[in-house]
Amino acid sequence: MNSEGPTNTGGLFVTTPSDREIVMTRVFRAPRRLVFDAWTKPELVKRWLLGPPGWAMPVCEIDLRVGGAYRFEWLGQDGTVMGMGGIYREIVIPERIVNTQLFDEDWTGGETLGTLLFVEHDGKTTLTNKVLYSSREARDAALRTNMADGVEAGYARLDEILRSMA
Amino acid sequence: METTFRALAEPHRFQIVELLRGGPQPVGEMVDQLGLRQPQVSKHLRVLSEAGLVDVRIDAQRRIYALRPAPLQELEVWLERYRRIWEGSFQRLDAVLEELKAGEANAKKKRRSRRDR
Repeated sequence: MNSEGPTNTGGLFVTTPSDREIVMTRVFRAPRRLVFDAWTKPELVKRWLLGPPGWAMPVCEIDLRVGGAYRFEWLGQDGTVMGMGGIYREIVIPERIVNTQLFDEDWTGGETLGTLLFVEHDGKTTLTNKVLYSSREARDAALRTNMADGVEAGYARLDEILRSMA
Repeated sequence: METTFRALAEPHRFQIVELLRGGPQPVGEMVDQLGLRQPQVSKHLRVLSEAGLVDVRIDAQRRIYALRPAPLQELEVWLERYRRIWEGSFQRLDAVLEELKAGEANAKKKRRSRRDR
């Protein structure tokens, strides 16, 4: 939706409900079964889960069943490869996915546990992406890096503070 | 940057920063508003001050604290970069979803026109 371009950014919320968690929410204008598909079908995931501009996702393997594994690999323009993977612990189509997550360059201080929740209302889907770290230190270590899942802290509200100070 | 994160990660310190957003305040007023004891508030203010997030001045024996914008602006730059990365992915996802919705609508239309024939 071009007309909504700039306001989309304001729709991405990040909070830290506990000292081991980082939670991100975003609303999508589509029913949740489609949003669920876009997060779980490799041919769809590869089209959008790309991180910063210039990155591609040559590897996206998803065995969507409890105990099944997934493997993601990204390729940067300079040839850098970044990979991660894990095991599905819980799957409720099209509502909920729980999986373990471990980056090859373990910058999250050990395995994290990810929970994706898809809640539909009026044809729109609120996606909640929660990452639970092994410890507070692990989460804070993740805060120091720039890429991927865990990075954000509960500073979305800080945005307002900053704006009011500007 | 890390110092800023660490200082703000504590909820009471985050609250203090929010209070000071309204303007400089003496410690006593913050104690009342936060419902904490004075030594606790002073301890949090010391951490915020060491992180460069607040400045203090003495005015007639009262210690008045104010926000220092520099570290928060640095954080904003970082935060914006992070948000842009995710938001970039999510806007691509928006486009994929529009395509899926259009595909479904078309399939429905085709089914209907076949039925009506």
